[in-house]
Amino acid sequence: MKGTLSSVVIKQEWDIVGARQAGRQVSQDLGFGSVDQARIATAISELARNIYLYTEEGEITFEEVRDIPKVGLKIIAQDQGPGIKDLSAVMRDGYSTSGGLGAGLPGVKRLMDHFDLESDENGTKVTAIKWAR
Amino acid sequence: MSSIESDMQNYKELLSQYLQTRDEAILYQAEQFSKQSIQQNISPDEIVNVHYEALEEVMPNMGERVRDSFQFLIETMIAYGLAYQEHQVLREKQIELRSEIGVAANMQETLLKTTVPSDEKVDIGVKSVPAKEMNGDYHHFIKDEDGNIGIAIADVIGKGVPAAFCMSMIKFAMESFSENEINPQRVLDSLNRVVGRNVEEGMFVTMFYGFYDTTDHQFYYSSAGHEPCYILRYDTGEFEEIDAKGLLLGVSGEVSYEERQVDVRSGDLIILLTDGVTECRVDGRFIEQEEVLDIINQFAHLDAQGIVEGVFKYFERLQDFQLRDDFTLLVIKRKD
Repeated sequence: MKGTLSSVVIKQEWDIVGARQAGRQVSQDLGFGSVDQARIATAISELARNIYLYTEEGEITFEEVRDIPKVGLKIIAQDQGPGIKDLSAVMRDGYSTSGGLGAGLPGVKRLMDHFDLESDENGTKVTAIKWAR
Repeated sequence: MSSIESDMQNYKELLSQYLQTRDEAILYQAEQFSKQSIQQNISPDEIVNVHYEALEEVMPNMGERVRDSFQFLIETMIAYGLAYQEHQVLREKQIELRSEIGVAANMQETLLKTTVPSDEKVDIGVKSVPAKEMNGDYHHFIKDEDGNIGIAIADVIGKGVPAAFCMSMIKFAMESFSENEINPQRVLDSLNRVVGRNVEEGMFVTMFYGFYDTTDHQFYYSSAGHEPCYILRYDTGEFEEIDAKGLLLGVSGEVSYEERQVDVRSGDLIILLTDGVTECRVDGRFIEQEEVLDIINQFAHLDAQGIVEGVFKYFERLQDFQLRDDFTLLVIKRKD
């Protein structure tokens, strides 16, 4: 059982705040604790920043997922940007942090429980799930 | 999970004890707690949360503003937590990489192994120590069927893994030369072509090749841009430079190297070295060439291996036991 809870279009830098806000709201509703809420917000920031920095426009969608008895939040970040050429490189530790750009995609993977990445010349889709404890 | 919970309980007790007593012993236990947490890979944001949750139980009347401020602090700590976890992973990778390089260094050592020829007419000593794990210096001995000795000493500009790769190639090229073809000029001419064909631009190799004729004690040599070598005369106690003109290996395709010869008299000492010996740095300055020769002179009365060991120990200590460059020193002493 799952359903879209909300979605946010990312075009400008302040849309990142909007995405965080929406993500925090749904994670509160799903019963996440304060540390997990902060982690989810940070993951959303990273995903939204990637869209803002490297593409024209993208969207972040929040879905509720259930794997009885667990309940979780699924975040989907999708854009129609140029795509990521070397997926292994961006998933390597130290690739983005060395330039002070932030935690990067490996950071998102750490913050969440499940992480998936697909990318080609038509765009990039990141799917991440966090289970409420 | 359960360990975090028990730690959490522990933290709460420590905190409430401390708030009542302000006892230094409790602070000491807090320090132990943080060490344990590091061992268990607990990140800073989790510690802040543990503190917040403990505080809620210890001080149930904490105001809304204080609560919110903790949310604020946790938020700012998340990135630190990530950086901390990444650091752990990179540290593990570094250990892995180090052990791989260790294995490669062992392989290189086996690969570049050369036996110091024993001879009743000359005494040979050699000391080669890499600055990092892998050696960009190379030396090699060969004895022909008449008992004459070919000696190569080479240095790849640069150090570490790339230099070591290049050295291995030189070694295989040298092995393809026949034992009776160890004439210095010819060896360098052929090696120059091999290096030119197989090494990327920007990687340079210098080599000094000597051929010791044990019948009439003539030392023939050629140099491909290598550090000048020396002969210490036994009767006068003077050093003479032995050097020949020649470009570094691989710079230009068609080069013919100059070959020279020097007469070796009884008790004379031939000294071949790489720039790791002459460019030994102490307190930011290069030591003078005379200083190097002085030191060699101080040990010259010993047998060949004794000389190189003595000189190495001296410079190792001078550089606080941290070599800046690969060090190779090779001496040949005429016995009779």
